[in-house]
Amino acid sequence: MTETTADAMLKVKGKVGDPFSSPWRRRLPLLPALVFMIAVTQLPFLVSIYYSFTNLKDKTQSLIPEPTKFVGIDNYRAIFDDPFFRQAMWTSVKMTVLAVVLSLVFGTLFAILLDRKFFGQGFVRTLLITPFLLMPVVAALIWKQQMFSSLFGILDKVLEFLGFSAVAFISDHPLASIVTVLVWQWTPFMMLIMLAGLQSQPSDIIEAAGVDGATPFGIFRQLTLPHLRRYLELGTLLGSIYIVQAFDAVDQMTGGGPGSTNIPYFVYQESIGGGFRYGSASAYAIVVVVFSIIIATFSLRVLSGLLKDEQRA
Amino acid sequence: MIGRGRRGTRLGVGESRAGMIALGLAAWVIGMLWIFPVAWTLLTSFKTEQDASAQTLHHGLSLDRYSDVSHSTEGVLSLATAFTNSLVVVLVSTTIVMLLALPAAYALAIRPVPKWRDVLFFFISTKFLPIVASIFPIYVYAQKWDLIGTRTILIILYIAINLPLAIWMTRSFFIEVPRELIEAAEIDGTSLINQLRSVILPIAAPGIAATALLCVIFAWNEYFYAIQLNFAGASTMPQWVIGNVSTRGNFLAKLSAASMIACLPVVLAGWAAQKRMIRGLSMGAIK
Repeated sequence: MTETTADAMLKVKGKVGDPFSSPWRRRLPLLPALVFMIAVTQLPFLVSIYYSFTNLKDKTQSLIPEPTKFVGIDNYRAIFDDPFFRQAMWTSVKMTVLAVVLSLVFGTLFAILLDRKFFGQGFVRTLLITPFLLMPVVAALIWKQQMFSSLFGILDKVLEFLGFSAVAFISDHPLASIVTVLVWQWTPFMMLIMLAGLQSQPSDIIEAAGVDGATPFGIFRQLTLPHLRRYLELGTLLGSIYIVQAFDAVDQMTGGGPGSTNIPYFVYQESIGGGFRYGSASAYAIVVVVFSIIIATFSLRVLSGLLKDEQRA
Repeated sequence: MIGRGRRGTRLGVGESRAGMIALGLAAWVIGMLWIFPVAWTLLTSFKTEQDASAQTLHHGLSLDRYSDVSHSTEGVLSLATAFTNSLVVVLVSTTIVMLLALPAAYALAIRPVPKWRDVLFFFISTKFLPIVASIFPIYVYAQKWDLIGTRTILIILYIAINLPLAIWMTRSFFIEVPRELIEAAEIDGTSLINQLRSVILPIAAPGIAATALLCVIFAWNEYFYAIQLNFAGASTMPQWVIGNVSTRGNFLAKLSAASMIACLPVVLAGWAAQKRMIRGLSMGAIK
């Protein structure tokens, strides 16, 4: 749709005969954003690659600073001997997959419940989106201090009242505790996306199917679900982008306690969070980037599908 | 437009009246369950510290904890300082994000550059780059250029984290501007700036507002950079909140009050704009 009309427009402009009527005139509005993003994200990444081949450390953090020198692939070799790194990778995968899948499932169910008229519909929607608006660090503190805490936590008080024994949520189940908070915050986000999907459903087709005698469940399975597919994909994609970077909840709730150190927290501990070994931490980061690129290529294919759909429409 | 003139999703149980009421009730129960931790924190923020720690209510409710946390102590980050810093960082970064995103979206949607799809992918791919992959060079150079502990470094980084999403969303709203309107303006010889101002922006305005709001939310709530690159005078609200966690004495009620203050601006904005966010988050997948 875009190419033909754009070409036609180019001709109209071309008559004026200014030197910028070429593609450069079109590129000009794009340049500031492009230059900014390259400078702030790509250049530091290149510097990171360089650091990863050195033994760079923060000079102010040690009494006898070592001179920075080139160490070749030593940092990379060390990564594959590091069980803690492998563990952090695995934790990251578990945390992200669990949080994304659970919030997507809850989000879809809640969206279906909200996409029908009932008393107080707007109010209930307002209640449900609120956790997404909270600062992640506040969400983590609320759950840590008010819900999970064995000193003040309301959950243990309820369990004891019901005659069960208290559970040390955060120390015994650190990963599950963090995932709970992530799901609590991200379910509303997924719900908003799925609501958009449900509301964009063409009602005439559904009514026609109803007239033709399709059962409500059949309509849901054969018309609504396929229509929701790209919204589910979009939710998965956006959710993963943000949840894989989860740092706030780990930092505040467990401080990377057993089984809850994910990749962002691990690399943080290696570098500015206490290790100050920028060289080896950079190597870890690069390995993570390689993995991310593999996952991203896959996700971008999903996005590409979304764009094609848009063009067909 | 939630459910106006529509009968909602068919689940197969929603056709009978009793079923409708049951599903409405289920939605209410879930809403209550989801808001419970926030509601409980709000209640705690009105309690005395003794009541808060014991989860009891013997001494009544008051606004005293709010005045406790908003009074500044010498040498401790004050609410006024943190709030001002957050406000400046969020408003400046969001304004610059939108100033960069609008022309970029124009060049990706209305008069697309060659290979516009690749450019769009580049922007969104920067979101896949883990923050940790670029944090040390940023940290090292920020140190070198004396940017640690300034608002400037946060503004730069918040533009970087929000710009891809802003371009992506703005573009999807620009696509929905009817092509005939733009062509008519072109033929009339309307200049680019006037085209944007009189044709495109009025139509895309609600979407642009939703985009800006999302940038505000992410910037206001950001924690990692705020803590790592910013101490002392330029600290923002997340730092102020965790400053209320104390290892000595009871702090639960004060922490609750601080949490409520820190989240209030963004929560109010989000409530006001929720319907627009539903449209905005689907990023034009609706066509």
